[in-house]
Amino acid sequence: MIRVVLPAHLKKLANVSGEVSLEVPSPLTQASLLDALEARYPMLLGTIRDPTTRRRRAYVRFFACESDLSHDPPDTALPRPVELGLEPFVVVGAMAGG
Amino acid sequence: MSSVRVLVGTRKGAFILSADGARRSWRVDGPLFGGWEVYHLKGSPVDPNRIFASQSTSWFGQLIQRSDDGGVTWEPVGNQFLYDGVPGTHQWYDGTPHPWEFARVWHLEPSLEDPDTVLAGVEDAALFRTTDAGQSWHELAGLRATGTGPTWQPGAGGLCLHTIIVSPADHRRIFIAISAAGAFRSDDAGVSWRQINRGLLSEGIPVEDAEEGHCVHHLALHPSRPDVLYMQKHWDVMRSDNAGDSWYEVSGNLPTDFGFAIDVHAHEPETVYVVPITSDSLHYPPDGQLRVYRSRTGGHEWEPLAKGLPQRDCYVNVLRDAMAVDTLDECGVYFGTTGGQVYASPDGGDSWDAIVHDLPAVLSVEVQTLA
Repeated sequence: MIRVVLPAHLKKLANVSGEVSLEVPSPLTQASLLDALEARYPMLLGTIRDPTTRRRRAYVRFFACESDLSHDPPDTALPRPVELGLEPFVVVGAMAGG
Repeated sequence: MSSVRVLVGTRKGAFILSADGARRSWRVDGPLFGGWEVYHLKGSPVDPNRIFASQSTSWFGQLIQRSDDGGVTWEPVGNQFLYDGVPGTHQWYDGTPHPWEFARVWHLEPSLEDPDTVLAGVEDAALFRTTDAGQSWHELAGLRATGTGPTWQPGAGGLCLHTIIVSPADHRRIFIAISAAGAFRSDDAGVSWRQINRGLLSEGIPVEDAEEGHCVHHLALHPSRPDVLYMQKHWDVMRSDNAGDSWYEVSGNLPTDFGFAIDVHAHEPETVYVVPITSDSLHYPPDGQLRVYRSRTGGHEWEPLAKGLPQRDCYVNVLRDAMAVDTLDECGVYFGTTGGQVYASPDGGDSWDAIVHDLPAVLSVEVQTLA
């Protein structure tokens, strides 16, 4: 199972607490993980990536294994520890005022 | 006994303020959607327990929420606002073409006859409609197809379609306003549109009396006079007696005719309210005195209403969608400020009390009069 950490606003929107566990079909990439996340929690559609272009929203970041994966192409394979469920894929609301 | 429910959208969530018909003792519920900007909430005139809310942030984009129990519980519904066809371009601030990009929903206007139908005014300016209670949204593309879309320019707040009025006399007639393109009217339920800006004068555009480019801040209409429109423009308070075919100025003796909000008394179609704001750069009341101005003559002659409002050191603004009236026998008037106050007058504006003092900046105020 793939572990996903959502920011507080999106946890509330999805009615979840703590981490989300997801079955994600191979290959495990940002795109396949987010497809699975949006399929399980359709209320998150459009909140992490643009529903048309499927590009990451400007003020959303993706972290895993202490690395910033935000600028990786969506079809890049995610790190092995994420695939093994040892580390979570973390969705973050970017640090910005307001 | 009748009661009222005031729906308040703020920079950091929504609030619902409730009172009985006396409107002296208030219950405050919220924040709903805490931390999110709520540009607008509005209830269905057909089913008052059905309320729609526009919830957004720069981080996570646009959501539409729907309540079917008067705001107690909410459900996120459809949030895809896809422009029809190839979106094209409008003018950017520097005059260059800029692609149409959806940013947020400014205004939600539930149908007068069907609880599942709602119009949404969005930034970048376009009009959308749902007929399935918010699950899906489709653009009424005739508005942007009037041929002038490529020349529309954003105001300081963006290129936003912020005002929607469906004529109570003919539901196929719709008025909308865009900053800074002007006002438009459709007579065929939104299929085709025409500009209705004749008589407007704006110093901030190259041709003062051009048909387009005016920064219309808000429109108001009384149900019994469906052809009489009132407008708060960037500068100037205007009136039309022919459904927008032509306009004339009714600013009269106002201390300044800049402002955002305008509304009409529920039972007196010639009684109009505005909140004068000092200027386009000084977005606060003149002399630090917060005053609503009321005209009982459809404009021209205005009286200040100050009882209960702060008369010194007040430097808040009242935004375009932040004023509303109820329909109780003695009409209540409400407005919210960027300082987080929501003021209520249960006597048509003669006296005011703050329902709440310290909300986040208020973006919108709507009132439901409940049986």
